[in-house]
Amino acid sequence: MSLAQAEGAAVQEAPGGLGRDAWRRLRRDPVAIAGAALVVAFVAVALLAPWLAPYPPDKPVGQVTPTSIPGPSAEHWFGLDDLGRDEFSRVLWGARWSLVIGVVSLLLGLAGGTLLGLLAGAFGGWVDGAVMRLVDMMLSIPGLLFAIGVAAMLGAGLDAVMIAIAAVNVPVFARLLRGQMLAQSRSDYVLAATAVGVPRRWIVLGHVLPNSLTPVIVQGTLTLATAIVEAAGLAFLGLSGNDPSIPEWGRMLADTQRYLASAPLLAVFPGLAIVFAALGFTLLGESLREALDPKYRR
Amino acid sequence: MAAFVARRLVLLVPILLGLSVLLFLWVRALPGGPVEALLGERATPEAVARVRGLYGLDRPWYEQYLDWIGGVLGGDLGVSSRTQRPVAEELARTFPATVELALTALVFAVGAGVPLGYLAARRHGTWLDHLTVTGSLFGITVPVFFLGYMLKFAFAEKLGLLPTDGRQDPLIDAEHPTGFYVLDGLLTQNMEAFGDALAHLVLPGIALGTIPLAIVVRITRASVLDVLHEDYVRTAEAKGLAPATIRGRHVLRNALLPVVTVVGLQAGLLLGGAVLTETVFAFPGFGKFVADSITARDYAVLQGFILFTAVVFVLVNLLVDVAYGLIDPRVRAA
Repeated sequence: MSLAQAEGAAVQEAPGGLGRDAWRRLRRDPVAIAGAALVVAFVAVALLAPWLAPYPPDKPVGQVTPTSIPGPSAEHWFGLDDLGRDEFSRVLWGARWSLVIGVVSLLLGLAGGTLLGLLAGAFGGWVDGAVMRLVDMMLSIPGLLFAIGVAAMLGAGLDAVMIAIAAVNVPVFARLLRGQMLAQSRSDYVLAATAVGVPRRWIVLGHVLPNSLTPVIVQGTLTLATAIVEAAGLAFLGLSGNDPSIPEWGRMLADTQRYLASAPLLAVFPGLAIVFAALGFTLLGESLREALDPKYRR
Repeated sequence: MAAFVARRLVLLVPILLGLSVLLFLWVRALPGGPVEALLGERATPEAVARVRGLYGLDRPWYEQYLDWIGGVLGGDLGVSSRTQRPVAEELARTFPATVELALTALVFAVGAGVPLGYLAARRHGTWLDHLTVTGSLFGITVPVFFLGYMLKFAFAEKLGLLPTDGRQDPLIDAEHPTGFYVLDGLLTQNMEAFGDALAHLVLPGIALGTIPLAIVVRITRASVLDVLHEDYVRTAEAKGLAPATIRGRHVLRNALLPVVTVVGLQAGLLLGGAVLTETVFAFPGFGKFVADSITARDYAVLQGFILFTAVVFVLVNLLVDVAYGLIDPRVRAA
């Protein structure tokens, strides 16, 4: 490659950069836009629930008996639930719980996984061996059973659910980050940094770690989707405690199972809410993965 | 190949041993012991002490662990504090049900997923392709128990086409020599029991198989798309091979490699999902038993069942690697 060619390549690269290039492709990707729209709607509902919801989520607003639960009407768009509360308001407030559970469990899992992955990737040797054996052990129990185990140990409750989902994600993030860091540490820029005498600690924290984060961000977005579904599953099994005033989608589904024959729609609304919230993060995560993958760069 | 399998098996030993220690300690950390769950809140201290002694809960944890693991290696997983029966016996009773259910789910996932994924790839960019991709995204995100409810409501309660719960109609006079009810029906030549057991598997099988189905569809589609553009496919076309030969021997055989791996990885998902599916359909299997044992704080059952799941899980993963080697000669040579 001549100098002029190299310069030309550099000029072409300069305004792009992987980040901006990815952003450009994301804006053109209909899947990404659909995913982002669902995510924005979900987050907006979660944040604005107190103002959007026409009724309080935890107080009865109408008369119901187990055999006659009013369905959707002009006053109550989704009808009333088994305790006479406005189902629409409860579904809106439920977004708040799902968002909190999803984000907190993601951050906890990310923190734990990053710590373990960083330990293994930065120190290598026996530390790496020990950490990875622990990760192997955690991964040898199927995710949901692992989460059930952790939640049972902590005692049923929403905080137990969050920690349980985080625990399932710790080995996933740890393995991902370690693999990335191993790959990065063999790259030329690390060799160059070592050669000019950059301290090892700064190489790991300032160079290797930031460059290893891309797949972690993608995995994080997808994890939000699974966290919402897993949280609903744990709540369904009764592991999110027994405070009936909390409008959590999974528990709403579990609570309405007895009225499947008389009020089947009561299960449909929270169920669809879970599907659409999870779908949004899945679509967004998948398009992020493609946008950030240099293989797809043109 | 034998050396590879042997090496992998040896590597599993420390992982499973470490896991057994962790599991043992975890069970000790559960709130509210089995004694409290068994005797209730108003038990006298004497009664609690007597029951603790009975189950050996008053000794140091490492002694209890050595005792337990020694028994486990000899096939003794302790006694369930809920049903008063040996855990190994409960496992032997409930696991066949879940295996039947998981196999049904897998047959559904692979049987529908591979053709769908293949068709979507062949008709890349058409409405069929888009529909398949969108459908598979919904399939991945829909909660197993929600789907189970909808299926149960529509096909069992409203239309009455299929049974709502359980494994077998109690009114049917059926014998169960193996514990696999479908197989039992065939073995005892009881066609009524056979059909009834199959009918009980349809809805939970679909509910449990939907996520694997969506994953199989996506992997098959992506993999076929990759292979279709390989040089050897173009070479085969240029040689004038029959399209059917190209599709079978060149495209499908190569495209199915990642599918085999992915199917194997579903074992964990199926065992976990079984807890939810079996709860929805009151299906008396492994998962339902685990769910019931959580509320009863049945230490021995949780320990034994989760350890057993881990063993099954790692062995299935090993099997997948072996199968991979059998299908792909390149791996075998390496």
